[in-house]
Amino acid sequence: MVTIIDARGLSCPQPVLLTMSRIKELSSGELDVLVDNEASRENVIRAASSQGWRVLKSEAQGEDFIVSIKK
Amino acid sequence: MSPSSGGLQRNFFASLPGIVFVGAVIGVLASFLQYFGNPANMGVCVACMERDIAGAIGLHRAAVVQYLRPEIIAFVLGSFAAALFSREFKSRGGAAPMTRFILGMAAMIGALVFLGCPWRAILRLAGGDGNALLGIAGLVAGVGVGTLFFKQGYSLGRSTRQSIATGLMLPLIMLGLLGLRLLYPPVAGADQSGVLFYSAKGPGAAYAPLLISLGAGLLIGYLAQRSRFCTMGAIRDTLLFRHTHLLTGVLALLVVAFGANLLLGQFKPGFEGQPIAHTQGLWNFAGMLVAGLAFALAGGCPGRQLFMAGEGDSDAGVFVLGMFAGAAVAHNFGLASGPAGIGPHGIAAVAVSLAVCLYIGFANRQRMA
Repeated sequence: MVTIIDARGLSCPQPVLLTMSRIKELSSGELDVLVDNEASRENVIRAASSQGWRVLKSEAQGEDFIVSIKK
Repeated sequence: MSPSSGGLQRNFFASLPGIVFVGAVIGVLASFLQYFGNPANMGVCVACMERDIAGAIGLHRAAVVQYLRPEIIAFVLGSFAAALFSREFKSRGGAAPMTRFILGMAAMIGALVFLGCPWRAILRLAGGDGNALLGIAGLVAGVGVGTLFFKQGYSLGRSTRQSIATGLMLPLIMLGLLGLRLLYPPVAGADQSGVLFYSAKGPGAAYAPLLISLGAGLLIGYLAQRSRFCTMGAIRDTLLFRHTHLLTGVLALLVVAFGANLLLGQFKPGFEGQPIAHTQGLWNFAGMLVAGLAFALAGGCPGRQLFMAGEGDSDAGVFVLGMFAGAAVAHNFGLASGPAGIGPHGIAAVAVSLAVCLYIGFANRQRMA
């Protein structure tokens, strides 16, 4: 089951904090992180990659972005 | 696009070589801006330059720090152009604007006790000013306190989509300021030109030629928007996540500015008699402690706030306006330091600003999800 993290509208560093917090709770799984700007998208990708999570997709969804990560 | 990088390579400036390149470009441009006329160790200083603009439009009447600095205008317009070209301009805001205004004021007051923003702290160090070490230590401490609030769920809430007109407000203000600068250029020996005030002596009277300042500022604004360059973020990410991506860019700025200063004969090591600096270590530390905490709580260093405002973030724009107000208060009420030391009410300013920031930190701890 994919867990969704809605980080839209939150400013730095909260999208990364939310993602890292959920990553620490899970040893493995799949997360979809919703963000609303490119900077947050890049930061979430960088943070997930640093924790050994794989980025499955990172694409625009309307005016937002969805970053799917998996381990 | 490789799955692990998730498309980061779409934006070269978001990569490690990209952020190093941007830091290096800022370092060399800052050093050359000093060479071409900007005050020593102040090739680029967001706090000082916004303070000078506040003086130029008469928000304060400190005669030695009044000049409508084109670099600040160009930072916003360069970032605006970058956001337009990359289709990243997005009008957003509404996440506690009043609080951000107050944080902007507190940040400026703290920065003017130290005499510089984080960029200038690094440039002061690159120019040999040992007093900058205490300022940087204070900045790290302030950002460190800010990270403790984030660990406890600190948040100013979510921003929402705004009308395009709202996101354009700060770029339009900057265009207006540019219009004033072109309409009322400095006149040799005069302390006023039209509606603008100009310093006849002191740091405000030292500036690079208009086109050089604008060109350097536009380039920095463009690159910083693409790379998300942020001095406060560099410290915060290192402390909070052990992520050193932004820090690498900041270190590149330091190293390249140091090298350029050596080549241009601008490196003068020591503590005494450093340009636009004082030797009161405790207050250098405390001023930047306050500034660092305010930057952390607002989500970006003063440069980053300008670049975010350029890409349509009106909350960042409100923080910038708070910094202008903070500069006015700092100079109208004797809070700002000078080369002789802190202002007559500098200690009270640090205490009150710190208390305000701590209140904001404690009062906004909430669940983010």
